[in-house]
Amino acid sequence: MPAITLVEAVNLALARALADDPSVVVLGQDVGRDGGVFRATLGLLERFGPQRVIDTPLAEQLMTGMAIGMAVEGLRPVVEMQFSGFAYVAIDQMLNHAGRMRHRSQGRLTCPMVLRTPCGAGIHPPEHHSESPEAMFAHVPGIRVVYPSSPRRAYGLLLAAIRDPDPVVFLEPTRLYRLFREEVEDDGVATPLDHCVTLREGSDITLVTWGAMVHETLQVAAALAEEGVAAEVIDVVTLRPFDLDTVLASVARTGRCVIVSEAVRAAGFASEIAAGIAEHGLLSLFAPIERVTAFDVVVPLARLEDRYMPDRDRILAAVRRCLAFG
Amino acid sequence: MTIVARFEVSYSQCLDAAGRVTGVLPAFARMPADLIPLYRWMVLARALDQRMLTLQRTGQLGTFASGVGKEAVDVGVASAMQADDVLLPTYRETGAQLVRGVSVEELLAYWGGDERGSDFAVPRRDFPVCITIASHCVHAVGVAYAMKFRHEPRVAVCMIGDGATSKGEFYEALNGAGTWKLPVLFVVTNNQWAISVPRSTQSAAATLAQKAIAAGIPGEQVDGNDLIAVRAAAERALARARAGEGPSVIEALSYRLADHTTADDATRYRDPDEVARAWQNEPLHRVREYLVASEVWRREDEEMLAHECTARIQTAVQAYLQRAKPSPAQMFDHLHARLPAAYQPQRDGAVRGE
Repeated sequence: MPAITLVEAVNLALARALADDPSVVVLGQDVGRDGGVFRATLGLLERFGPQRVIDTPLAEQLMTGMAIGMAVEGLRPVVEMQFSGFAYVAIDQMLNHAGRMRHRSQGRLTCPMVLRTPCGAGIHPPEHHSESPEAMFAHVPGIRVVYPSSPRRAYGLLLAAIRDPDPVVFLEPTRLYRLFREEVEDDGVATPLDHCVTLREGSDITLVTWGAMVHETLQVAAALAEEGVAAEVIDVVTLRPFDLDTVLASVARTGRCVIVSEAVRAAGFASEIAAGIAEHGLLSLFAPIERVTAFDVVVPLARLEDRYMPDRDRILAAVRRCLAFG
Repeated sequence: MTIVARFEVSYSQCLDAAGRVTGVLPAFARMPADLIPLYRWMVLARALDQRMLTLQRTGQLGTFASGVGKEAVDVGVASAMQADDVLLPTYRETGAQLVRGVSVEELLAYWGGDERGSDFAVPRRDFPVCITIASHCVHAVGVAYAMKFRHEPRVAVCMIGDGATSKGEFYEALNGAGTWKLPVLFVVTNNQWAISVPRSTQSAAATLAQKAIAAGIPGEQVDGNDLIAVRAAAERALARARAGEGPSVIEALSYRLADHTTADDATRYRDPDEVARAWQNEPLHRVREYLVASEVWRREDEEMLAHECTARIQTAVQAYLQRAKPSPAQMFDHLHARLPAAYQPQRDGAVRGE
């Protein structure tokens, strides 16, 4: 079994889905001949042909909207948004149409499509390439929002997203695209959606995170272990619908919770999780819930990226405040 | 300097406002009596429109967008389509939906505020009404792509208004449809007004049809109040699409005789004289005049048709008014194929009324 990167796992899942199901098509700008700007679609054009691996004109509303039309007519389109900032345009189509088609027609028409977009900061790109739009998508009824944080989960979750009978926004952490490798078996097995995954068990504090920040959070948990603090790490994985039960069960055991998010703080998904715990798990808490997030500012260009994103020190400081309380 | 490209936009009309033949009649209209079924649809669409307005004014229907004045476009286009083609309508295409097979009761249910009205028994593949302007143009491209992908001789027909041609999705859709030479027809009903904004403010382009040319696809203008001209243009475009020759745009010149919707008051922004002049051009009159002059239609036929339409609509209105209010569960039951566990408590609460 080969050890591959996250972006290679995305490629593997796309190839698997295209091979298994003749109704799957991949479309977007540069997904064909170029193999995608991040190479997520490398080799697919050669294997599956231009009718199924479709280079589109440079038009995000067209890509997203035509995927909706394709899905309603029985195809299973997977659209690639080239960079996170370009995906904002797609919110209109996802919100006004993809998430509503089934309800609007009372089940007559359905929209089994996937919108893939790279997300997050940390790769020193130009402006509009480092966005964290997950909360915007997570606010939309009728769609799922999935955010893998490892090659193996990227493979299984993308297969699940493509096979899902409803629209899925699939966010891919660019910072993790090539950061590490993991053995991934191309067995065609999908990872169930709608569930958080507990990556590390612990009884002293619950750390909840998703996307690229899973990486730093696991490092913090490992450092804490050396001090004798057992931190539980939960990867949210599916932001919408959100599996609050897994988080509540953990907080019931630890009594302390720090939520780590790379997105801006105001009206972010960390707030949604904190509210869920406050509503249903308040009496389990020994300390106030902490949110470690980016600042409520515009994502800066590369020189200040490292100061914008939460890092291990900021996570650790929040954990220490939380542990010291009460 | 060398001219590298040259374009022209045609305009066609077969019947003038008085019902006189002004152009070559296409095959479907060679026998005047063959137009009677189409005329009957136009009269039904007008009658339903009027009844919808009455129901709205008496608090028995929600906000409604009248299609009065565009019956020739609706009937001309929809009657040219095949059953397994796909219509992607806006909110002003009630007449076209009627011809496609959507029932009067379903149309009433939708405009009365119930999603079940968009679960058409027929035609199953047609899209529900699209409210956000031009956003369904890109869906039509995807529908047409799927049809071509499976080598099916079907066509996606996207209906929009003049205001929609100012939007990005319209341009993106035309551009994409041209690139892949897809079986899709865009019908622009140019009724001269996008709520209060007149056609002259919408674009400096001499015609809206010419916007097709920039995308490399044919665009033509027709008299949108002329049933025969609209149907003939739609037939040509659909045949081209079915033959693999790609997309087209038809700009149907018409006039919005009603307010934008029942929530609008058009006297605030347009001259009543202009509306009165437009009524001289309305689409039903000329067909009726032509049929009468051709001695295939009599006053008794007209009266009988009016009675039939009233009765058919009345039956549907009765059924609509007796429909039970949907259960709150309806908000949840088609959100996803299966309701995710996370939303189950909300559904339970909504059903209990909490």
